[in-house]
Amino acid sequence: MASPLLEVHDVQKHFPIGGSLFGAKRALVKAVDGISFTIDTGETLGLVGESGCGKTTTSKLVLAAETPTAGRIEFEGRDVAQLKGPQRQDYRRKVQVVFQDPYSSLSPRMRVGDIIAEPVRAHERLSSADVRARVTELLELVGFRPDVARLFPHEFSGGQRQRLAIARALSTNARLVVLDEPVSALDVSIRAHIIALLESLQARLAVSYLFIAHDLAAVAHLSQRTAVMYLGKLVEVAESLELCARPLHPYTKALYAASLPSHPDEAREEIVLAGEVPSAIDPPRGCHFHPRCPFAMPRCLEQEPALVELSPGHRVACHLY
Amino acid sequence: MAPLLLVEDLRTYYVGFGGTRVVKAVDGVSFSVEAGETFGLVGESGCGKTTTCHAIVRLLAPSARIVSGRIELEGEDLVPKSQGEMRRIRGRRIATILQDPMASLDPLFSIYDQVAEPAYYHQGLRGRSLRVRVKQLLDAVRIPSPELRMKDYPHQMSGGMRQRIVGAISQAGGPRIIIADEPTTNLDVTIQLQYLNLLKDLQRATGVALIFVTHNLGIVAKMCDRVGVMYAGKIVEMQSVRGLFYRPRHPYTRALLDSIPKLGVREALCGIPGQPPDLADLPRGCSFHPRCPRAVDRCLDEEPKSHALNGDGSVRCWLPIGEPAANG
Repeated sequence: MASPLLEVHDVQKHFPIGGSLFGAKRALVKAVDGISFTIDTGETLGLVGESGCGKTTTSKLVLAAETPTAGRIEFEGRDVAQLKGPQRQDYRRKVQVVFQDPYSSLSPRMRVGDIIAEPVRAHERLSSADVRARVTELLELVGFRPDVARLFPHEFSGGQRQRLAIARALSTNARLVVLDEPVSALDVSIRAHIIALLESLQARLAVSYLFIAHDLAAVAHLSQRTAVMYLGKLVEVAESLELCARPLHPYTKALYAASLPSHPDEAREEIVLAGEVPSAIDPPRGCHFHPRCPFAMPRCLEQEPALVELSPGHRVACHLY
Repeated sequence: MAPLLLVEDLRTYYVGFGGTRVVKAVDGVSFSVEAGETFGLVGESGCGKTTTCHAIVRLLAPSARIVSGRIELEGEDLVPKSQGEMRRIRGRRIATILQDPMASLDPLFSIYDQVAEPAYYHQGLRGRSLRVRVKQLLDAVRIPSPELRMKDYPHQMSGGMRQRIVGAISQAGGPRIIIADEPTTNLDVTIQLQYLNLLKDLQRATGVALIFVTHNLGIVAKMCDRVGVMYAGKIVEMQSVRGLFYRPRHPYTRALLDSIPKLGVREALCGIPGQPPDLADLPRGCSFHPRCPRAVDRCLDEEPKSHALNGDGSVRCWLPIGEPAANG
């Protein structure tokens, strides 16, 4: 079996907060607290969880915008933390990102052509004619006519801007694109287009996605596998349709139960969670989820459950199993 | 019997650049809400749903004008009322819950002050009875240890709690109708479910009517009795919630339903081609025709009138979808 494109091994990211400059006691925010996952070539891994669970920190770690406190991230078999000089540059070329808000992620003072050409110019030595040809090709790839290259972002709607952001992310032949809530800011009728576009681009270019979102239905739609995150840890990872049909972890069950019905008579077992996500500064002992868990046992208060594989590809961290 | 709230042919325009640019944000909207009912107003951003709500409670931006129409609350027309008269109606008879609880709560006043204010002014409560009322309201929105938390300030609370405080404030004046404008957009899914269930419980306990403004059809399916779908300043279809989901009649409604991914089903999604129109420069004829798969010549020239559907509801379309659609 070929090794996966991206391998994340037990990665942690802790942020110190508070305390004075000179060594007084400081607290740690355990934003990401030991997570492992892999993404294959041409695969989409969905990452879901509520705000504050560490999704965005995970994306920053993958983008090498943050360095892990512990653990290792391997890309194409090489440890990302050890990459230096041109190899590091190459990593940054191959791993790109699309952000949630296309109004703040595109510079209002640059023409669309320059926005898309900027990564190309930074990473590749191409003649300006070649750069122009690449921009034309990319604009067509995301469904624009090439003459939009001279326009400015304010002349585009939200959905169109998001397509420009996707074109920019793909401009340097990226192998992995981190999609950080790429459709949350868009209207429903536009969302469907962007999701369909992402799907067709993946089929054509065999690019991999790390799809971060809180819309479970959209994640299940676009991702082959889904990972559920709670307070810095993965609580369940499974094939997406399997996860919808048979969620095992009580938190996953509650998340799916909380997603809204698609029509008025949809029968749904509602698990209403009490309380809110506790602070990552001082997470509960034992299983992080136990204070909100309807099935908590004495053991959950003491011992942290490990992520174990129950059936092929379905891993869950819970003492119930 | 007259409905609790009747909106008839409401037109609200934003006028800018010395009258040269007119944005027809609300352009002939009619609907009614009965006591104890939940009416959903659905549409994409910029379709005029928020302006409709702001016109009802008269919290419009200075550039907006109610050009024509009637807004009757319990038989009384609100349009000719002065701002002073409206101040006695807002909070007491109509309350609002806005999207962002951080913007609708004042950071400089304690939770007690803010929840007590409508009860103080509209119900004339003072002293001990006011305190009891505030505690009761906070209990109703499930704020743990309300006696302690009422001394807190908004920044000491989480997003979900703040939105529940806003819910308590909306109840404080004893309104007959609450307008909730995308109240859960900023909340996480598990918190959103808590909040929606809370609103339903409050409604059951007090019999208040709700107008639920949202772009999320899942919320509509869960919460609403009847729904109006807005597009470019008009209600293009109005039906009972089941009718809307099982037999959508307007092509826009159909397209909206087709563009939401369904959990656990990996079928192709159809979005809607094109963009929502510019409200200052609407296409001739039916506003939806440039994006409509069923458009015929007539749609390009002539604007469809709203006509009643047999059963209940109405649709604004020359060629409404006739065949009953398959479930789901």
